[in-house]
Amino acid sequence: MAAEDAALRDLYQQVILDHSRHPRNQGRLDGPDCHHARGHNPACGDEVEVWLKTGPQGQIEDIRFEGQGCAISQASASLMTLALKGASPEAARRLMADFHALVTGASAVGDAEALGNLLALEGVQKFPQRIKCATLAWHAAEQALNQGTQNGRSS
Amino acid sequence: MPDLSHRRADFPILHQQVGGHPLIYLDSAASSQKPRQVIDALVRYYERDNANVHRGLHELSNRATEQFEAVRAKVARFIGAASADEVIFTRGTTEGVNLVAQVWASHFLRPGDVIVSTGMEHHSNLVPWQLAAERCGAVVKYVPVLEDGTLDLAALRALLEEGSVKLLTCVHVSNSLGTINPVAQICAWARALGITTLVDGAQAVGHMPVDVQAIGCDFYVFSGHKICAPTGIGVLYGRAEVLANMPPWHGGGEMIDSVTLEGSTYKQAPARFEAGTPDIAGVIGLGAAIDYLEGIGIEVIHAHGQELIQATLQKLQTVPGLRVLGPPPPVQRGSLAAFSLACAHPHDLVEYANTKGLALRGGHHCTQPLMRRFGVVGTSRASFYLYNTHAEADRLVEVLHQAVKFFS
Ligand SMILES: Cc1ncc(COP(=O)(O)O)c(C=O)c1O
Repeated sequence: MAAEDAALRDLYQQVILDHSRHPRNQGRLDGPDCHHARGHNPACGDEVEVWLKTGPQGQIEDIRFEGQGCAISQASASLMTLALKGASPEAARRLMADFHALVTGASAVGDAEALGNLLALEGVQKFPQRIKCATLAWHAAEQALNQGTQNGRSS
Repeated sequence: MPDLSHRRADFPILHQQVGGHPLIYLDSAASSQKPRQVIDALVRYYERDNANVHRGLHELSNRATEQFEAVRAKVARFIGAASADEVIFTRGTTEGVNLVAQVWASHFLRPGDVIVSTGMEHHSNLVPWQLAAERCGAVVKYVPVLEDGTLDLAALRALLEEGSVKLLTCVHVSNSLGTINPVAQICAWARALGITTLVDGAQAVGHMPVDVQAIGCDFYVFSGHKICAPTGIGVLYGRAEVLANMPPWHGGGEMIDSVTLEGSTYKQAPARFEAGTPDIAGVIGLGAAIDYLEGIGIEVIHAHGQELIQATLQKLQTVPGLRVLGPPPPVQRGSLAAFSLACAHPHDLVEYANTKGLALRGGHHCTQPLMRRFGVVGTSRASFYLYNTHAEADRLVEVLHQAVKFFS
């Protein structure tokens, strides 16, 4: 394999291509404990919407997404839904911070094991233009989670 | 086809490797590369003649002023303007449109007036009109784009005849579709109804012969950086009669006749619209770029671009799952092709091509409404200029085939 193909394979690992072709947890959620937020990347016009349903303790009982985008943004969203499903708000926020650290390389990842398959997105570090693609769904999920926990506190 | 491959030697930037491959620059619709002749003109200006224009009486200022104004006359001739006074230097297409959308629109638009635009405009010929309409209480109406990437001319005529239309704005060559709009015909319809016209020539000038009097528009805008000139310089052509009725834009030096603390009087166009020290070096560079292009011949550059894009469109048909936007061959189009690929998002494709040394553009190309019209989030675009070759087009097609294998 040529050197550039190796770099490309780093970015587009098999698990990423798989999730971009067959995204998991696509769709919407509807109901009283469902929260929704939208992520938009003005540079490319890509949009991802995230819905999540929170339980009595604020844990993420279900999570879905919709949107169009590049392989990186789609795979990241798909893998994210798998990682966040069932997480407590605290665990979800830790994961969000760790994922951000993973793709930006700005700080150390706290719990690499919790990231699991998401580690495949580490290659994004070498492609700074693509960090926004990788984090698009995560920003939406974070907003939706904040709505959920605010509502949780106020009720 | 005219062979321009020897001209590649004029462009120092083209002779480099990217990712271990020879650079293949296919993004000239975003910004063109610069020949040594233009770069040298900038250096010569800064090393020998640099001074402010219109202000000094000393040798250097005289030289700078003389060269600066000579370019104005050159631009006028280049685009077929009746007089150099109809050439206003701007920062580029965007600033030219904004000047008209602010000055002309504020002065002439009344609540309820209509601006007619099209569904294929670049954001820079779209947003300024939305802002102007908001300010003036006017409405913007859009001519639909047909499936083949051309304007619905019947709808355009009908819109113009609805009444209350004060201005029509239209792109000459679409940066996403390549469509060459029949702007002379459109402007003739508008003129017969007393409607002022602006044509966005950002993708036309320097690629094909442009004659603003033959087009019959009131305003015509373009950017230097897309035609081998430096960034930061562009042109607003305004028909003398129309400019004469427009108030100033920015206030400052150069644009005044006389200033008192009670008030000021202003110069006539073009000075009226050029407050402050202009981009003198940019203007000198623009002049050198026009000399360079005319040295080759705009007709020759046009023929080369046509050959290259038509041949490329044929070859692109061999790529599985590829769909090109815009007029199907053999209809003439700008020398660019925006396409979508079923198996890869534009960002992924552009990333892939980049590792092979190809510079493509991926995204909405500042034409989001148009992308929506064709049901795509974005496209990948290859755009050519005089320095591109058939071998490069072949390499593009080869890399696209490889990308299909990689992503599907
Ligand atoms: C058709 C068209 N109009 C306007 C523009 C804006 O030009 P500039 O950014 O140089 O002002 C461009 C280029 O990006 C263009 O292709």
